[in-house]
Formats: sequence, structure tokens, C-alpha cells
Amino acid sequence: MLGKLTWDALPHDPVVLGGAISLVLGAISILALITYLKRWRWLWREWLTSVDPKRIGVMYIVVAVVMLLRGGMDAAMIRAQQALSVGSSHGFLTSDHFQQIFSAHGTIMIFFVAMGLMFGIINLILPLQIGARDVAFPFMNSVSFWLFTVGMVLVNLSLVVGEFAAAGWLAYPPLSELAYSPGVGIDYWIWSIQIAGIGSLLSGVNFLVTILKLRCPGMTLMRMPVFVWSVLVTMVMIIFAFPILTATLAMLSLDRTLGMHFFTSGFGGNPMMYVNLIWAWGHPEVYILVLPAFGIFSEVVATYSQKKLFGYTSMVVALISIAFLSFIVWLHHFFTMGAGADVNAFFGIMTMVIAIPTGVKVFNWLFTMFRGRVHFKTPMLWFMGFVTTFTIGGSTGVLMAVPAIDFQLHNSLFLVAHFHNIIIGGVVFGYFAGLTYWFPKIFGFKLNERLGRYAFWCWIIGFLLAFVPLYILGMMGATRRLDHYDPSMGWQGLFIVAGVGVAVILLGVGFQLLQLAVSIYQRKQNMDVSGDPWNGRTLEWSIPSPAPFYNFAVTPTVSSRDPFWAAKKHKTSLPQGEYQDIHMPKNTPMGLIIAGFTFAFGFAVVWHIWWLAGLGLAGAITSLIIRLSDEDTEYVITAAEIKQLDQQARAKGKLA
Amino acid sequence: MTETASTLKTIVHAESDSKTLLGFWVYLMTDCLLFASLFATYAVLHNNTFGGPGAKDLFSLPFVLGETLILLTSSFTIGLGILAAHKQNKKQVLTWLGITFLLGAAFLSMELTEFSRLVAEGNNWQRSGFLSAFFTLVGTHGLHIATGLLWTLVLMAQAWRMGLVRTTVRRLMLLSLFWHFLDVIWILIFSIVYMMGAL
Amino acid sequence: MNKTNQRALFVITGLIIAVSLFLFLHSGDLKLLNPKGLIADKQRSLITFTVLLSLVVVIPVFILTFTIAWKYRAANVSARYTPDWDHNSKLEAVWWGIPCAIILILGVVTWTSSHELDPYKSLQSSVTPIHIQVVALPWKWLFIYPDQQIATVNYVRFPAGTPVDFQITADAPMNSFWIPELGGQIYAMPGMSTQLHLMATANGVYGGSSANLSGRGFAGMRFNAEATSRADFDRWVAEVRRSPQRLDDSAYAALALPSENNTAAAYASAKQNLYDTVINKYMVPARAGNGQATVMP
Repeated sequence: MLGKLTWDALPHDPVVLGGAISLVLGAISILALITYLKRWRWLWREWLTSVDPKRIGVMYIVVAVVMLLRGGMDAAMIRAQQALSVGSSHGFLTSDHFQQIFSAHGTIMIFFVAMGLMFGIINLILPLQIGARDVAFPFMNSVSFWLFTVGMVLVNLSLVVGEFAAAGWLAYPPLSELAYSPGVGIDYWIWSIQIAGIGSLLSGVNFLVTILKLRCPGMTLMRMPVFVWSVLVTMVMIIFAFPILTATLAMLSLDRTLGMHFFTSGFGGNPMMYVNLIWAWGHPEVYILVLPAFGIFSEVVATYSQKKLFGYTSMVVALISIAFLSFIVWLHHFFTMGAGADVNAFFGIMTMVIAIPTGVKVFNWLFTMFRGRVHFKTPMLWFMGFVTTFTIGGSTGVLMAVPAIDFQLHNSLFLVAHFHNIIIGGVVFGYFAGLTYWFPKIFGFKLNERLGRYAFWCWIIGFLLAFVPLYILGMMGATRRLDHYDPSMGWQGLFIVAGVGVAVILLGVGFQLLQLAVSIYQRKQNMDVSGDPWNGRTLEWSIPSPAPFYNFAVTPTVSSRDPFWAAKKHKTSLPQGEYQDIHMPKNTPMGLIIAGFTFAFGFAVVWHIWWLAGLGLAGAITSLIIRLSDEDTEYVITAAEIKQLDQQARAKGKLA
Repeated sequence: MTETASTLKTIVHAESDSKTLLGFWVYLMTDCLLFASLFATYAVLHNNTFGGPGAKDLFSLPFVLGETLILLTSSFTIGLGILAAHKQNKKQVLTWLGITFLLGAAFLSMELTEFSRLVAEGNNWQRSGFLSAFFTLVGTHGLHIATGLLWTLVLMAQAWRMGLVRTTVRRLMLLSLFWHFLDVIWILIFSIVYMMGAL
Repeated sequence: MNKTNQRALFVITGLIIAVSLFLFLHSGDLKLLNPKGLIADKQRSLITFTVLLSLVVVIPVFILTFTIAWKYRAANVSARYTPDWDHNSKLEAVWWGIPCAIILILGVVTWTSSHELDPYKSLQSSVTPIHIQVVALPWKWLFIYPDQQIATVNYVRFPAGTPVDFQITADAPMNSFWIPELGGQIYAMPGMSTQLHLMATANGVYGGSSANLSGRGFAGMRFNAEATSRADFDRWVAEVRRSPQRLDDSAYAALALPSENNTAAAYASAKQNLYDTVINKYMVPARAGNGQATVMP
């Protein structure tokens, strides 16, 4: 009846039990708080059933931030264990639990923090930047978000019911095969990422069509803001990369559930094929995360320098070449598998070639600041932090791109330091910059500057403290993922410093949460009444803050890059037409319902509860058919209503 | 005034059609890549029989040729259905879709017959890497066919209930695209898995 | 950039430099920079060269970043301000060109070094190489000396100045065989045989480990690789041959079971073709009754 699910699935280990209990209590207290505040109705009508990309974007970011805390706690536990577990001491974690924690850390940070922040910001800003009212497929957007959430819930549920995967964030077989990982951890991992990944794939299709079809009149491709370009390129990459992930995970799960032999050792399976396939997705994935961050920095630097972005065409060419190259470098993740000198050298050189367009982007940003008026608001601090750390990360990347060197550095802590250098310095700083920059457009008030600066300094100092020792440890021959080592190695001091670094980063996260709370509390002082707090350049700043649910009262027409900047310069308003009726999608709970059935399916497959799996699948498909048969999915706001709403909004901001 | 409103509505619908069409093409592209991954896997594993039978020992070309002809015919009949939809001939649409459904179902049951024969002979997907890759590649195509059959039924119901309204015709177009796409994938499976395997 | 930020920046930069210097000077043995092997030494030179080459870009970027940021801060109203200046072909050609040139140089170096330091390539030497077969087991390393007919666990010895040909496989999930002071690593995979050619240039004991996660006990998969004189090595081989333990089928089956933090052990003899048997059991099905271990499904 319940497949493999028994009472034994609940945690026994005191540390895990503590984690599980705090997770459950956290969830219960949030639910209780919502009930106490009588906010269920509001939550349901305004948020959970919303198809407004701005609302969906905010929900993505909320999930990502909660997951950042979870992943951050994992990081703290990893370093605490490594600082303590030397010689006769074995720290506070068993090796099995330790391996679950670093697997969870990587999985959560990439799939549910970085991807969540990315889709969050894209949802918030992309339609506004192209002068659109919505995305191409609003309902599908809601489905994407809820599938992402199902993945997140499954990953976290594994802590309470069952176990987490202990085979690293990419679960290399044969370790991740049934023979060596008989528990449900890997199955949770597979289905969590599979479901979230399908959500990402749908989003990729959605935003690609949005950019290609919904740009406002006059916005040719070469007039799009660079952030939009970065998203366009990223979505193309998602469309090429994510099907590979879907297929790979499907094959691994077939191995585990139906006893197939794709990646098993023996029976004609080939584990090396998994490694190739997962990195054929995984390497582009890194660029999928970082390119939108590049786009954000392009907006941020131009705005805060009060100057046009330098070398727009170069920037676009660089984005496209990075995207292309990222698909032909995957083998650099395993030079040590013995592919031979010719193959290794080819992939090594291709990897280095990526440094060229990336370097060009850095110079173009710097020359955007050159002869500008640079205002060092928090987003610019993040940019400065990015340029410095990313340059170092880039050069350590080039170092490891030389196969002969990589044989020495692969799987060492040097590698770990390198990719955190890229992902924290590039991806995370980029999204933080974007969130601070666009926050007033979504919420109508600015974030507290002082606390933002504190957070930045904590992050950058913490980052250096946490990862410089790792570079050194790598040079000392320390490998990654060790739960215990001998004191004679002389590593402990550096691990302790790295642990302090993690604590400082977490302090930075604390400042960010405080920043949010204080900014909400003091929002009256920080209102963005103008709709254009930073003297911006692009369309999103031409409308009131917070952006109204219909985005643009009148669809703008543009005739250049930076249309809003040009309009302000020539003291004209953006070309305004007459108010017209607007068709808007109705809110719908179907995204949530489909995701609910998908969750039941995922959970059931993990535990081999086949009747529930069938029910979940049938429910999801039936809901989809019901939704698609519904002809009544739109409503109309009449021109008169729009006129009234718009004039109210503008009168409030004294914009009219 | 009403005229501008109706032009606006037409524009909105035309936009929505072109969005959906582009979106569906992009989706087919992703599906194509999914199959590409499975084909690549099959290519890597097709000799990994682990002492078990290989492609040469297992497949019966005439049978598969029969499957192929049935599927090709169904692609033709769905095309006739689309022509009928453009002529707003509901009865013909339902007839052609019905025939397409029957042909698709026949194809699927032949595929399942082949699968059950293999399993009965002890050559199931657990036997070797090669057989895992074979069952997964061909089975994934079969799963797509099954989805297409379900979709055909839904659209038949929709056409019958609501008539050949704009959305129905649009969805019929998408279904036929999907069906032709599955045809192309099958041709690839037929040539790479069966023909090259049997030679 | 306002006053507080400036001050913070200076304090912090100073702090970071001080801390990193302290760490670097007190960080014990930087094995990769103190190689004791032929290959590791060449890899060290390659690391130094590449780091210096990338500094050609990194240093200007740092200088440019901070000078531009300082000079064009909003408060400095005397600085030139050209809000519409957004393109300059010559400048852009420079920063497309310089990285291209650097990557071209590095590309050539990559191509030659990939071939020169290919782990599969035998080392040029007048001394006859020692041949060692390595099997990664859960969670320990087995070393088989086919010519000397001995085997060891979590301990390997060879003469310094003699090329060592490692053939590497696994009877476990994927591991990675790494002795940092002697040279880079290579994966150990079930059903596959990889190769690594190393040579110690000095006598000594060098730590080795598995660099790739392979399950619960993987952190304990450490071994010592000892390079000695030829005479010492021969003496040691003779001594191991007198050991009471033999690595026959049943001893191997027991050894291949999961165990953690194994101490070093030695076997006076190893079953003929044990290494090939270990690989083959993943490649062809076991026939009933021939004594071969069967594969876990």
C-alpha cells in the first residue's frame, strides 16, 4: 500500500532529527502566522493563483531566499565538521550525514537558489524592459513556478521522510546506482531536479517566445537592453541544455526503478556516458546562471555611471559567443577520465577561448564607467566586488583549463574555491545587485543603503576568508568532500579560517534580512514617488512604481536604445498613444493544482507507491486538459478604466 | 467603433496564434534534443550486449516495416483532417481524426506486441545496456504516440462539442505538427535501430 | 564613493592582504609547489607560467577598475563626463586583441603540454620501469606488482628515479588516484583500465588519496607511496614475499568487501591475472561455477 515507506523513514540520528524538527516547526509556524493574520484568502487570491509575472517573480525570490538560508546552514555545517574532525576527533557528523549535507548544499544552491533568483528577476523585469504587459504564456509561467516549488519541497522533504542523496550534487554513477546507494536519497534527488528542471524548460520556451514576439513597437533586436539580450541567449541555452538533463535523469531513474543498465558497472552499462551527458547539460548550466547576471551588471553599470553602455555590439557578440562555446567545453570537467591528449587539449583550448569574450565584457563595463559620473550605490558595490573576485575566478579557471595542470588541481579544494569564486562573485553578486536595483520598481520603495553596504562588506570579506584558504588547501593536496583527515596534513588552521569566513558571509545574509525588515518598516521615508529613482535609461523606469499590474497603460513605441534616457534628454515623454482596451489573463489555481498532482507523483515514485503515482499523473493530465478546454481565461480592462487607473498612479507620483 | 474593436480582437488572436505556433515549434525542438540524447545513448550502448542477443538476433524487419507504413499513413490522414478543418467541414475532420486515432492505436499495439515478445523470450530491459537503451528509445517514442492519441481524443471531443472554432483549429494544427514530428523520429528509429541493426 | 566606504575599503584591503600573506606563509607544505616527481615538477612550472601569463590581464584589470572607479566617482565633478560616448573601435579592438593573443600563446602551451604530460605516455628513461596495478576497493587501495608477484594494501613502494607505470581500475564506484607530490591524478573506474606514468625524483614518503567521492569511507582511502633506493626496494620485495598472507580468490573476495580506514597490509603472492579478472567481471557475464565473483545488479 505504501511501497517502501515505513516508520523507519523518519530520522533517528539526533543531528538529522534536530534539523528535521526545526524544518517542520518552521513550516508550521509560517502556516500558523498566516492563519493568525487571517491572510489565507489574500494569499490565495493575490499570490498563489496569480499569473502576473511580477507576482510570480516575487514568489520565486522568496523561495530562493529561504533556500539560501538552508544552503547556507549546510555550508556552515560542512566547514564546522572539517574544522573539528581531525585525528582522533570525528566531529559532530557521521560521514554518511556529512556526505548528504554537501550533496544537499550543492543541489539546493544551484537548482533552488541560483535558478530561483534568476527566474525571479527575469519574471520581474523582462516584460517591463521590452514594453510588454505579460509573458507569452502566463498560465505556463505559473505552472513553471509551481513545478520549481514542487522540486524544492521534495528536496526538503527528504530531510524529514527518508534521507538525502549522498553522492554529490551531480550523483555520478555507479555510486548513485542501486548497488551502492540503495536508499531513497538519490530518488528524491532525481525527481526533485527532474520536476524543477521541466519547470525551467517550460520557462525557457516561455521567455524565448516572449522576447521574440512581445517586444513593443520599434524595439528591434539591436535596441533591446543588454539584460534582455542576456535572457534571450540564456533561454536558448536552456532549450538546448535542459532536455539533456531530462533524458539523463530519466535514464538514471530507469536504472534504479526498473533495473535497467544505462550507467551501471557491468551488464553493458557505461557510467562514463552519464558523466558526459550530465556535463553536456552542466557546463551550459553554469553559463545559464551567469549570463543574466552579466546582463544585470550591464544595466546597473550604465545607470549608475549615468552613461551609455560602452560597446553594445561587442557585448551582444560576446554573449552569443560565450553561449555557443559553453556547449563545446563540457569535457574539461573530467580531463582525468583518460580521454587522450588530443581530446583533452581541444576541450582545454575551447575553455580558454571563453575567457576572451568574458574579458571583453569586463573591459566594456569598465569603459562604461570611464568618463561617467559613477554613483556608488549598493548595486555598484556588488559590481566592484564582482569585477575583482570574478577576475581572479576567471584566471584560476584558465589555469585549470590546461589539462596537464588540471590533473593536479581536479577534485581538490582549489577547484571548489574556483567555482565558488565564479558562482558567488559572478552569479550571486549579480542577482543581489539586480534585486537592489529593481526593488523600488516592484515594491514602490527603496532598500536601506547603509545595511546594504554592511551586507556587501560582510559578503566580500567572508568570501575571501572562506575561499582563499581553500585555494591554499588545494595546493597542499587537500581534496574536496573529506569528512575527516589526519592532523599531520596541517590543514586544520586553514579550515578554521574558512569556517570563520562562512560565518562572516552568514552575518552578511543576516544584514540583508535586516535590511529588508528595516526598509519595510521605514518605507514611508524611502518611497519611490517618481518611478525613476536612479535616473534610469530603460522602459521599466518610465512607468510608476510599484509597476501597475497591467505594466504599461499605453504600449510604448521606441526609436532607439535607452528610450527613456533619450526621452528625458529631449524633455519629451515616451511616444504615447490613446488608451485602449487591455486583455489580461485571469488568475487561476490550475498551476498550483497541476503541481500538487505532480508532487504526489514524484513522492510516490520515490517510495514506489504505484497507485499514488498513477493517480498523480492522471490528475495532472486531467487538470491540464480541463484548463486547456477552458475558453474563459481572459478579462478586459476597458480604455476608460485604464485611463483612470493610470492618471491616479501618475498623480500620486506627480509624473503626469 | 465596433469595427476597430473587432480588428483589435483579430490582431490579438493572430498574435496569440503566432505566439503559440512559435512556442510549439520551440517545444518540438526541445523534444528533438531529448530524442537526440536517447539516440546518442543508444549509439554508445548498442554493442554492449553483455553476452546477450544483439540487434541482429532480435528484430523482424517486415513486422517493423508494417508498423512504419501504418504510422506514415496516419500522418497522411491527419493531414487530410487539417485540410478538412480549413474547409470547416466538421464531419470530415472527425472522420479523419478517428482514422488517425485507429492507425496510431494499431501502431502502438504492434509496438507493444513486439515488446511483450521480447520480454517473453527473456530479453527484457534488464538483460543488457543495449536492451535498456532500445526499450527506452523506442518506448519513449511509444509514450509520445500514446500522448498524441489522448490528445486526438480530446480534440475530437472539442471539435464535436464546440465546432471548428479558432482555438480548435489552432490546436489541430499543433497536433498535426506533433504527429508529423513523431513520424520523423520514427523514421530515424527505423533506420538507425532496426535497419542498421539488422544489417 | 563616500568617506565611510573609502575607509572601509582601505582597512579591508589591508586586512585581506595581511591575512592571505599570513595564511600563505603558515600553510605548511604546499605540495603542488614542492614537487618530488618528474611529472609534478613539470606541472609546477606550467602552473607558474600560466599564473604569470594571466597576471598580464588581471593586474591591468585591477588597476583600471580602481583608478576608473576613483576618478569618475560622482563627487569628482571636475572629471570629464561624456554621457553619450559609447563606442570606440580602436579601444575595443585592443581588448578583443590582447586576450586573443594571450589565449593563442596559452593554447599552444596547452596543446604541447597535453601531449607531453599525457598520463598515458611512457616516461623516457634508461631504467626499466616498475609495473604496478592499482585496484580501488571500497574503501582502500590494492596494489598488485605483477612482475614481483606481490600485492599490498594502502601502501606502495617503488625505487626513486625509476619510471612507474600504474594501471588503474576499480572494483568499487569511481575513485581518483592521486599522489600530489609526484604528479596529477587519473580516475579509477570499474570495468576500465586507465594509466598513469610517474617517477619520483627523490627518496621519501608521499601521501596519496582518492580524490573522487566513492561512498561512506572514502575520506579514509589514504595511502603512503614510498620512494626508496633500488636496493631497499629489492630488500622490501624479498621481505614481502616471506609474508604469511596470500592474495588468492577468497582473500580477494574478503578484501573487496566494504571496510573503512584500513591499515597497510602486504601479500606474499597475488593470484595470476587478478587485475584482468577484476576488470573482466564487469565486461562479460560470469558463467556459473567458474568461481568468478558476480556483479551486483
